[in-house]
Amino acid sequence: MTPLLSLKHISKSFPGVRALKDVSLDVHAGEVHALLGENGAGKSTLMKILCGIYRQDEGEISINGEACHFHGYQDAIDAGIGIIFQEFSLIPDLDAVDNIFLGRELRNRFGLRDRRSMIAEAQHLFDRLKVSIPLDRPIVDLSVADQQFIEIAKALSLKARILVLDEPTATLTPSEADHLFTIMRKLREQQVGMVFISHHMEEIFTICDRVTVMRDGEKVHDCDVASTTPDDLIEKMVGRRVENLYPQQRCDADYDDVVLDIESLRLDANGPEHSLKLHRGEILGFAGLVGSGRTELAMGLIGATRPVHAKVRMEGKPAKLRHPATALKQGIGLLPESRKIQGLILPFSCRDNISLNNLTQFQGALPLIKRRQESSTAAALMGAVRVKAPSPETPVGDLSGGNQQKVVIARWLGHQCKVLIFDEPTRGIDVGAKSEIYALMKELTARGVSIIMISSELPEILGLCDRAAVFYQGRIAAELQGDDLTSQSIMHHATGGLST
Amino acid sequence: MSQFDSTPGITRRSSKDRLASWRRTPIFYPLIGFIVVFIAMAIINDNFLTASNQVNLARQTSIIAIIAVGMSLAILTGGIDLSVGPVMALSGTVMAGLMVAGVPPSLAILLGILVGAGFGAFNGFFVAFAGMPPIIVTLATMGIARGLGLIYTGGYPISGLPPEFAFFGRGSLAGIETPILIMIGVYALGFVLLHHTATGRYLYAIGGNEEATRLSGIRVSRYKLLVYTLSGTTAAIAGLILTSRLMSGQPNAGVGFELDAIAAVVLGGAAITGGRGMILGTLIGALLLGVLNNGLNLMGVSPYLQNVIKGLIILLAIYISRKRTP
Repeated sequence: MTPLLSLKHISKSFPGVRALKDVSLDVHAGEVHALLGENGAGKSTLMKILCGIYRQDEGEISINGEACHFHGYQDAIDAGIGIIFQEFSLIPDLDAVDNIFLGRELRNRFGLRDRRSMIAEAQHLFDRLKVSIPLDRPIVDLSVADQQFIEIAKALSLKARILVLDEPTATLTPSEADHLFTIMRKLREQQVGMVFISHHMEEIFTICDRVTVMRDGEKVHDCDVASTTPDDLIEKMVGRRVENLYPQQRCDADYDDVVLDIESLRLDANGPEHSLKLHRGEILGFAGLVGSGRTELAMGLIGATRPVHAKVRMEGKPAKLRHPATALKQGIGLLPESRKIQGLILPFSCRDNISLNNLTQFQGALPLIKRRQESSTAAALMGAVRVKAPSPETPVGDLSGGNQQKVVIARWLGHQCKVLIFDEPTRGIDVGAKSEIYALMKELTARGVSIIMISSELPEILGLCDRAAVFYQGRIAAELQGDDLTSQSIMHHATGGLST
Repeated sequence: MSQFDSTPGITRRSSKDRLASWRRTPIFYPLIGFIVVFIAMAIINDNFLTASNQVNLARQTSIIAIIAVGMSLAILTGGIDLSVGPVMALSGTVMAGLMVAGVPPSLAILLGILVGAGFGAFNGFFVAFAGMPPIIVTLATMGIARGLGLIYTGGYPISGLPPEFAFFGRGSLAGIETPILIMIGVYALGFVLLHHTATGRYLYAIGGNEEATRLSGIRVSRYKLLVYTLSGTTAAIAGLILTSRLMSGQPNAGVGFELDAIAAVVLGGAAITGGRGMILGTLIGALLLGVLNNGLNLMGVSPYLQNVIKGLIILLAIYISRKRTP
């Protein structure tokens, strides 16, 4: 039987990286095909090729046995491919009907919008999905699940025969996810082929027929879901050796000395209560999937979002978490997830970025900045973290990602911080700079600084952390240490602990 | 640049570099524009370059120029202050009213300036702590300030001010007219604040990336409150000069001044989105507007046509500087 969709021997390189190597994937009509892999395994690149956003270097895509050449997103839509991205492409202030028909409104014989037939058509689509959605409310008022169903209806109205769902359940509650699965089963009966991307093992075993596992840009495994186990899939997903990227494992942690003691911390009224201890000189990993609540806890810890309830001790004294400024005063700093959006002042020079929260150090009796002292301190800090930049006056926007991250680190070195939270410190950074940043983190712990590192990359957690807290759906599912800290155990807890 | 590194022609390289770094500053194109317009006016009008006209020009410019200092701070942080004209009028009428009621001028001036500062803080509270967009907040308070001024005066100018009060608008010190001296003083303070204090650096940082500034431990809200308070204060200082110059408190003064102040800031090379600009640029922008007003008046151009010409020149200037600067 000819597969509905067939990707054959797809390869794709970006400058400096081989993103995909000879990947093949077949999806049959009426099949839900799971695509599994760690972050960076190449799933998104493959899907972007499928929907015409990237061109493959080698290989071909065929639908129903006919070769397709996509020159853009529109070509893929015309060929019957519908993609539900994690970020929706709907217009929040328009209602469901207007969103579905955006750009191709039905018209009556006067050339005006024919709202009545559009409503009828939309109703027909929703009936087909067996969902009831208010048609005349701005979708911003609807639940995330309803918005997702509208996306699916829109794809179907575009005559999609192949649906790609990119982590659709990440933002849904369990009962909403069940509803989505019901819809997916309905579509399966109607011979739609689906690619389902998810990190949640239980979902794969609930809804999917086949599974393809990717790792480092290659397809490592494919099989029927019925013939495999969650443990087997996890092993296939993470089964790579940890490169020699990490500093020698030397534990600086002093487990008798608790620096940050989170007795209980609740971020929102209905949220779970967190409790955690951070020891002197320790690197504690926050592992888990994107959106599992790691960044939210970090933001709560520095008071960037105000927790509803917090009983936190910093070196034995009650800590106040009202504002990043109070956190800084108590020696807690955050290096945020997104360097450009949350970390750096891009129009500023390296020097101005580094001294940003240190300026009061350079004041004398008058509240004027001593420029010379500021420059020499910034230059010294840049040397300490080995920023490669022509001068401290270089605009920070001109530097590479790795050097930008080092500038952010240098900013915090100017303080005597006792706790530093690194949120995805190596995202988008090349391998060489990564290992330098790891070495810097180790230097910090050797000086007695305690580090929390949020990372979605398992090898990074395994290679660097003394201990890891694994997050699942907003709560800490497990704390792992020593021999228990393995990729299998992290994945197990991060995906809901279904397998044993 | 790197190809020069090994060559000995150091002098050539450094002068070239200096020019390049000059061109990167926000005031490069405003300065060129000012010089061009200034020379053009001098060529067209025989009377333009006379000492009396130049003093006249500086004095006429001083009021907008002083308001524009506060406006610069607001725009630098990514905000705006539309209420400056009415706040100026309110402060001026309060000063006048108090003096007529027998309050000593020094105390009346202080109270008048406090009214401006307080009104600015009122703006700042809503912007900084209630998280409301500055354009909406100051649009609302613009009406409130104008209304309060009219209520206070009953809609009539307040005259009969003590003669010594004339010093601030008509007097002079060491041969320089007081309004010009005050303007220089305000700019000097603004320059030191923006370029030599931590506060100034934070204002640039807030305009450049507010979220990053907050996360690195700066109390962004407090600095925003400060910015609008200072903007109210500079408006009140302008009110002092105007009231003294006219020797009466005018509740209807300053209509449209916010637009001239914004034009001065933007003509001075500041980005309307915040994070980029210099206090000297604002002075250049204000003087450029002043030269245009003065020169076009000397040429006898009709006031209606002047508006059109000024608008076109603002569009042209900003078009050029947007294309050239990164």
